[in-house]
Amino acid sequence: MIEFETPKPIEQINNVVETVAINMMRPVSRYFDEHEHEIPWDYINFMHTAVKAMGGTSMAPDESTKPKDADPDKPKRPPIGYQRLAHMVEMLSWGDAGMYLCVPGGLLGSAAVAAAGNADQKKRFLSRMVGDKPAFDAMAMTEPQAGSDTSAIRATAVLDKDTQEWILNGEKIFVTAGHKALVESDGFVVVWASIDPSAGRAGMRAFVIEAGTAGCTVTKMEHKLGIRVSDTVSIVLADCRIPFGNILGSPTVEKTTKGFKGAMATFDATRPIVAAQAIGIARATLELLKEELEKNGIKIRYGLPRQKLTNIEREVIDMEVLFQSAWLLVIKALWMADNKINNPKEASMAKVRAGDIVVRITQKAVEILGPLGYSRDMLFEKWFRDAKITDLYEGTGQINRLVVARNILEYRGSELR
Amino acid sequence: MYSFEPSEEQKMLVDAVRRYANDDLRAAYRDADEEGNLPPALIEKGWELGYLQASIPEAYLGFGERSVVTGALAAEEMAYGDLAAALAVMPPGLYTTPILMAGTEAQKNEFIPPVIEMEWKPFTAALMESKFDFDPNDLQTTAVLDGDAYVLNGEKVYVPYADGAQGMIVYANLDGETQGFVLPAGTNGLTVGERQKLLGLHALPLFPVRIENVRVPKENRLGGESGHDFAPIMDAIRVAMAAMAVGVSKAAFEYSRDYAKDRDVFGMKVAQKQAIAFMLAEMATEIEAIRLLVWQAAWMLDNGKAEASKQAYLAITGAADMAMVVTDRAVQILGGHGYIREHPVELWMRNGRGFATFTGLAIV
Repeated sequence: MIEFETPKPIEQINNVVETVAINMMRPVSRYFDEHEHEIPWDYINFMHTAVKAMGGTSMAPDESTKPKDADPDKPKRPPIGYQRLAHMVEMLSWGDAGMYLCVPGGLLGSAAVAAAGNADQKKRFLSRMVGDKPAFDAMAMTEPQAGSDTSAIRATAVLDKDTQEWILNGEKIFVTAGHKALVESDGFVVVWASIDPSAGRAGMRAFVIEAGTAGCTVTKMEHKLGIRVSDTVSIVLADCRIPFGNILGSPTVEKTTKGFKGAMATFDATRPIVAAQAIGIARATLELLKEELEKNGIKIRYGLPRQKLTNIEREVIDMEVLFQSAWLLVIKALWMADNKINNPKEASMAKVRAGDIVVRITQKAVEILGPLGYSRDMLFEKWFRDAKITDLYEGTGQINRLVVARNILEYRGSELR
Repeated sequence: MYSFEPSEEQKMLVDAVRRYANDDLRAAYRDADEEGNLPPALIEKGWELGYLQASIPEAYLGFGERSVVTGALAAEEMAYGDLAAALAVMPPGLYTTPILMAGTEAQKNEFIPPVIEMEWKPFTAALMESKFDFDPNDLQTTAVLDGDAYVLNGEKVYVPYADGAQGMIVYANLDGETQGFVLPAGTNGLTVGERQKLLGLHALPLFPVRIENVRVPKENRLGGESGHDFAPIMDAIRVAMAAMAVGVSKAAFEYSRDYAKDRDVFGMKVAQKQAIAFMLAEMATEIEAIRLLVWQAAWMLDNGKAEASKQAYLAITGAADMAMVVTDRAVQILGGHGYIREHPVELWMRNGRGFATFTGLAIV
């Protein structure tokens, strides 16, 4: 069956999240944009309480729990965990894309533990998210010389057999929420390092570093174009010792890149989620743009031949086509994830398109609205700045095009660089 | 819920149409385009796939139920084979589908069965007019009530199989609203002009039709005396054209992808060059995205959703742009060879440009 009905549970949560966005995010959006590195504790505490109440350790769907009403006679409801997450992320980003990144426990660190951790690790790390105080997670992969090219990562993890500890050394940059995870809360950072540099990607592993661990220092907080309320930091690892059991996945190095690929598989779920963030910004922009135009007597006349449309109508209609088709790609990619259908092509397509369209939509909106669009009296210029990151992190638009291209051409990485 | 899996019946129909597209349409399309002629047997075979008959209830001699989604799936596959052939098989639907959607019971009983009970016959509809900014909701062809008949005047273009049509719906402007009028064969006052020569669709017979004081009995106004709402018909036309644009685009993408994987350049394959690989990635992404937009519009029409009309419009808008970009890129990827009439991509590009203009050539 081909169907586009938003499931009722998702509709319900949308209403709740929209209220949060309107009441707790939009009113302070501009303030936190102008006070970079101040922390929106009111919002964070509220979200912490909400996430706990939902019973989840993060917003990510927890596949290990059975539904409470597992009545064998009832028809099985189709799984919608990732689809629901997409809607929540979209709505929170519609509120404020940077503040969405301040949700305690909702980021890539948790996702990595949820995807690659064993039961004990999930308990030890994810349980922090439902403690008394908010706790944050972060993912540290990028290094000064290694962004798109993850094989250039130089951080190392050496096993001290006597103490059964990993010793980590290296420098990570562009760590979202690294400061909140390590300094402002009892959180953790998932760090990518090599246990065998000679093995290339096959030697790459993820390690959990808990807040308060010696030898792990936040050294720099970036000043950014947008999403300024979200801290983006550098972390230096200097003989940082962590328990052996803090490695995610297998500690043995095989000749294949299976371990690396296994973790890269989490990107098939996280890429569309980042795409959902882009969509939220796009929707906020499109809705407010149409409102502003209407205030100026301009209504979009759908149904007219292109030749009869004004230029502005034409641009807005094109924006709607881009926006809606991009959102549907996100939904399809996550519907596939929910139904355990292999989706690397769709996941990357969703990211390619969403990053692309939100940049075009936000840039166009500022242009169309002239002096109003360019002014800090309105949020358009902020959304223009926030939007850009979505085509950069979680794989740039170009890297994601490469992933799509390899998929549709059936090329290995070595065949298409 | 959200779901993107066609039903079993839909999959069977898609498979059947795809086989016809690959085995029959692809074998015939180039000669058909060069000669300006489609073999009747080819059209008949497409007709016998039965997708139109399957959309018509048994009461009118069909064997199914109309579904815009199913129609969109079939239309995409047909166009994937060859757009001209697809648009040759479809004209009877231009006649029956609006009647099914908006006709009176008497009209359905009178006009639908003769079209679908046997082999393919030329039934059609006349919508487009020769204005650069043609607007289906602002027609220049007029209808005026005169006693017990409507008098129609105007000029239509791009009418499939007008020459020899056994029945034709003509859309005209009645007091500012577009309304359909059912004209049987032999209606006086219709003059079919010379077959049109166009950028693409060479194999499809398209004609201008002059309408001079054509009298249409009141009971042949679509929907009877109170007429009908034109919007749903326009929506279904838009979804049909958009679905076909997806099919043509998919053909162009696949062909250029396969060519690029095969062609040697600078010690590697053309597809291994990022510029080309990225073009292909963008083409594939565009097709996936627009297809979903089309499906959504189709589903909304099937389920009577409030914004269905707007969505159908967005779908064809996006699809027309996609078709131009993707078919153009396909020619580009083939380089000089893309320019030669031995590869299909130049033909697909000529057809691809048309989706911004074609309207009323198909309906689902």
